Amino acid sequence: MAMLSFERKYRVRGGTLIGGDLFDFWAGPFYVGFFGVMGAFFTILGTAMIFWGASMGPTWNPWLISIEPPDISYGLRFAPLKEGGLWQLITVCAIGSFGSWAMREVEICRKLGMGYHVPFAFSVAIFAYVSLVVIRPVLMGAWGYGFPYGIFSHLDWVSNTGYQYLHFHYNPAHMIAVSFFFTTVLALSLHGALVLSATNPPKGETVKTPEHEDTFFRDAIGYSVGTLGIHRVGLFLALSAGFWSAVCIILSGPFWTRGWPEWWGWWLNLPVWR
Amino acid sequence: MKIELPLAGALFAVAAAAVVYTSFTLPPVLSTQNGWRGTAMVQVELPAHRKALQAANVVPEAQPPADLANEKSSVAYENVKVLGDVDSAEFLRIMTAITEWVAPEQGCTYCHAEGESLASDTLYTKVVARRMLQMTLKINAGWKPHVAETGVTCYTCHRGQPVPAQIWFKETPPPEPAYAGNRNRQNQPLPVVGDSSLPHDIFEPYLSKATEIRVESAKALRTGPNPSIQSTEGTYGLMMHLSQGLGVNCTFCHNTQNFADWKTSTPQRVTAWHGIRMVREINNEYIDTLVGAFPANRKGPMGDVAKVNCATCHQGVNKPLYGVSMVADYLALKTGK
Repeated sequence: MAMLSFERKYRVRGGTLIGGDLFDFWAGPFYVGFFGVMGAFFTILGTAMIFWGASMGPTWNPWLISIEPPDISYGLRFAPLKEGGLWQLITVCAIGSFGSWAMREVEICRKLGMGYHVPFAFSVAIFAYVSLVVIRPVLMGAWGYGFPYGIFSHLDWVSNTGYQYLHFHYNPAHMIAVSFFFTTVLALSLHGALVLSATNPPKGETVKTPEHEDTFFRDAIGYSVGTLGIHRVGLFLALSAGFWSAVCIILSGPFWTRGWPEWWGWWLNLPVWR
Repeated sequence: MKIELPLAGALFAVAAAAVVYTSFTLPPVLSTQNGWRGTAMVQVELPAHRKALQAANVVPEAQPPADLANEKSSVAYENVKVLGDVDSAEFLRIMTAITEWVAPEQGCTYCHAEGESLASDTLYTKVVARRMLQMTLKINAGWKPHVAETGVTCYTCHRGQPVPAQIWFKETPPPEPAYAGNRNRQNQPLPVVGDSSLPHDIFEPYLSKATEIRVESAKALRTGPNPSIQSTEGTYGLMMHLSQGLGVNCTFCHNTQNFADWKTSTPQRVTAWHGIRMVREINNEYIDTLVGAFPANRKGPMGDVAKVNCATCHQGVNKPLYGVSMVADYLALKTGK
């Protein structure tokens, strides 16, 4: 496969974590590495098991295919393949492939002498997934608390898990997570609007510089976080959204079993207005 | 400024840590799965909560069986208008049980005026007790879709108290606000709606009047006037009460993927549907009709009699008294003879 003119300078040897030079090569445009091999292994195996599970299920409708976790009664033990065991193996494969991808990102960062921002950001997403299918199920004592692997079925799971606590909007960590999600969107829309405005000047005018952008926001809200800063803020907001989402579901069940509105009793009972 | 900001931050951190430390509970948790695996239809509770509930919902020992007198109570006693076909010895045994269930401290004289004939109806409590016996018979014989063969006795609600712990009165109309501030009977975190902001005037519309609970649209797109947000929130408020009263969450009856769909709901939803109708009949036919009998000090701010809701019997347990049938020891309360 042809190489792009600037691509040669990114093909740097070394920086591997495992395997030394053994897997330090490219397949076409793709870096392989030990974690590339691991990632491909887990991805292919896990996807094949999803298809196998679907073939034993009642439907080939892609919206409705669902691989369900075991019954709660199996606790933290292995379940028979057709009664949730497949879900357990697919979960192992998913964590294996997500983790491999993150470590492959680390290796690429090392090759390029970059910071670890990208693998760190992806790790937060992996943490959110692991919270749902490992941390919370272990804390509650059964793999059956994990979510099913299906497009509609996982949405139904989210709805029912929320209604286990009567009114999920009262979950304090959910409140924080939702606020971060909305703030992420706000920041991205402000940033996108600013970049598009600066780079699409009216006819006869030149493209605006970052100084112009800073001036706009200093005029509008008294402060500009700057061209580099907005990406730091964006990363912080987005990762916080994912992190607090994970916290809000870990709290629900292991650390609170009743309706979330009731949790606010401490607030209602503050001696100031009780 | 340089000192105050870190100080404020430290104070906030200490306060937040105190709230987090004191407000949450710790695993392990107990769970009961009541849907297909992966649907997350699960009841979750703390071992300590379940233990406390089990201790609070124990059935008292039954009275020893009576030696039959082979004489109807209506023959043996005067002015017997219910349970008249019951053997007089069994009738006396039931009276003894009722005293233990409803007025253990006050004794027989809570209903039977001291120094008067047992037949005397001078005390309002006796008039009420008679109506309540008729109600009990009706529930046990006529509301089997809700109470099944388990049935109810006075103890199901009363638990050794003359007035059951969980009752409700009609709410007073909210004061006309001079300018603003009409809360429209919501946004006040009251226990009846699980401390949420949902409307708290839920009992009169749904458990006395027959306000429609169906608020979910059956079609994806709007085809006509839909129920209002207010009626949806009122329904949600009522369901908060059901959940709290029965010690369960929404998924005990519903697959929340579609609240309205009976096919994906659990069998318990059918039982609850009958229960809501049963409560309406109890309140309208057996309780509100007694409004003339009760003295003013037993009435609510709107001059009505204390009425029942789901929690009156259930008291935090999905099967009252964990499904132990007391009627089995007092079959006359089911058959009337």
